[in-house]
Amino acid sequence: MFNYKNTKEKLIELFFSTTGILTLLILIGIFVFLFVTGIHTFAKITPTDFFLGEQWNPDAYGTPKWGILSLIIGTLMIAFGSLVMSIPLGLAGAVYLSEIAGSRTRELLKPAIEMIAGIPSVVLGLIGILFLSPLIANVFGLSHGLNAFTSSVIVGVMVLPTIISISEDVLTSLPNEFREASLALGATKWQMIRMTLLPAALSGIVAAVMLGLGRAIGETMVVLMVAGNSIAMPTSFFSPVRPMTANIAIEIKEVVTGSLHYDALFAIGLVLFVMTFIVNFISDIIVEKHVRKYRW
Amino acid sequence: MVSEQSKQAIYFTLFKSATVLSVAILLFVLLFIFCEGAGVVDIKFLTSMWSHREITQGGILPAIMGTFFLAIGVSVVSIPLGICTAIYLNEYAKENLLTRTIKLAIRNLAGVPSIVYGIFGLAFFALFLKLGGSLIAASLTLGCMTLPWIITASEESLKAVPNSFREGSYALGATKWQTIKTNVLPHSFSGIMTGAILGLSRAMGETAPIIMVGATFFIAHLPNSPFDKFMAMPYHLYILATQHSSPYAREYAMGTALVLVALIFMLNLGVFALRYNLRKKKAW
Repeated sequence: MFNYKNTKEKLIELFFSTTGILTLLILIGIFVFLFVTGIHTFAKITPTDFFLGEQWNPDAYGTPKWGILSLIIGTLMIAFGSLVMSIPLGLAGAVYLSEIAGSRTRELLKPAIEMIAGIPSVVLGLIGILFLSPLIANVFGLSHGLNAFTSSVIVGVMVLPTIISISEDVLTSLPNEFREASLALGATKWQMIRMTLLPAALSGIVAAVMLGLGRAIGETMVVLMVAGNSIAMPTSFFSPVRPMTANIAIEIKEVVTGSLHYDALFAIGLVLFVMTFIVNFISDIIVEKHVRKYRW
Repeated sequence: MVSEQSKQAIYFTLFKSATVLSVAILLFVLLFIFCEGAGVVDIKFLTSMWSHREITQGGILPAIMGTFFLAIGVSVVSIPLGICTAIYLNEYAKENLLTRTIKLAIRNLAGVPSIVYGIFGLAFFALFLKLGGSLIAASLTLGCMTLPWIITASEESLKAVPNSFREGSYALGATKWQTIKTNVLPHSFSGIMTGAILGLSRAMGETAPIIMVGATFFIAHLPNSPFDKFMAMPYHLYILATQHSSPYAREYAMGTALVLVALIFMLNLGVFALRYNLRKKKAW
């Protein structure tokens, strides 16, 4: 017997599973495509030369150099610098919003801080060029302010809402019994936060920081505009640097499609992909564990 | 010795100052953009074509329209596909290791840098599919980038609908689709939409990927087909700020930034207002 209702249900399920599988294919396709294009590079450049070579000079006549170590160091310097700035500020903000501020203040301030994430990075880069880099050049007596330090400050601002927002969520999600037990033992509010809440929230806070790290590694426009773009090995935080993302953005439009240089830029993209994927993955696993631990 | 009470007072003041500082950064950024950019924003700036020779004679209409077309293109590519995928993953797919792995992978793809999507778009859409640098290549590229964001946001709102809503519907003899249509989607729709709008507003401000797939600093006409190159606000202000020789370039970059940020913030404010009302209404 023909069952109209059943057939319709089957068709609808088929529709949704097709779109689901299509999306999956697209997302897997992106990775496979990047991987296949980028991996070509290693047929001609050994991974040791690529990752540990200190010079990146693909256009050099005769003996081009393909080492991305200075680019990786540029990326890591800015990621580290931005976290040094945003972790203390972000944690303090999260503790204030979740434990100290009243609910009205929180309702108002949390979205405001999250709005920082809505400012396009190119606009923050512009402010870096027009305002922050002249200021930093003046304060530290440099000839110009386009360096790793200046970009760390701006990337730190970009990472801040991620760290505050997620850490605040984690703190708020802790069961109230923790607070009550601690206060009942005669702890002050600060002792309760320091000895009970922060240790319990530690894993979640680490996850928030990892997520911020992922954003800092992948940031392109700010570092392209403010980091100084020098491929020389940096000597201090006030050296101009060129992180991996900026290097791709600068060179990709000028390379010959299919050349070794083109493939090498894809290999750098692949490195970025893998780095951010791992960082996010670890953060995700930590959050999952945290949620399971405190769900009663 | 410092008493615990005064220690607490010191720390709490520090925490409060940190929060105030974070908000002050936001206010400073907004104020700075406004003060530096408002001088050039007027009706002519918003409604006339870009004048390549003398930048003070023209406006950024083609860049505004380009960003607008791009936003439409991205929504068409990623919003329906993203929502359907979220419905599949949350309502139809069996809850097993494979589904969990897929969800995890999608969440992680949301954090992959935009420039990586950019080079993918260049190699695949622009060169391999021969779409060239065009509005459609850029829409597809940014669409791929926003897809994981939209799936994640939609999934979260679907998950927030309590299971008792579904069970109640089944108990009355409804089929799966009837349940989804009448008891799940109505309660998650606004959450899904806010997620989609937020994703879209982030895509509108993206610069790095569109550098590679068709954004251009100057074309004399508005794009009249999806295969045209296009101007876009973020790319426009990037070139004005870094590569333009006019003495007015930076002021005009700030003006463009002001228009872009105003647009994005209006979308964001709308979303926050919607969310606030939503949270008040939901009582389960």
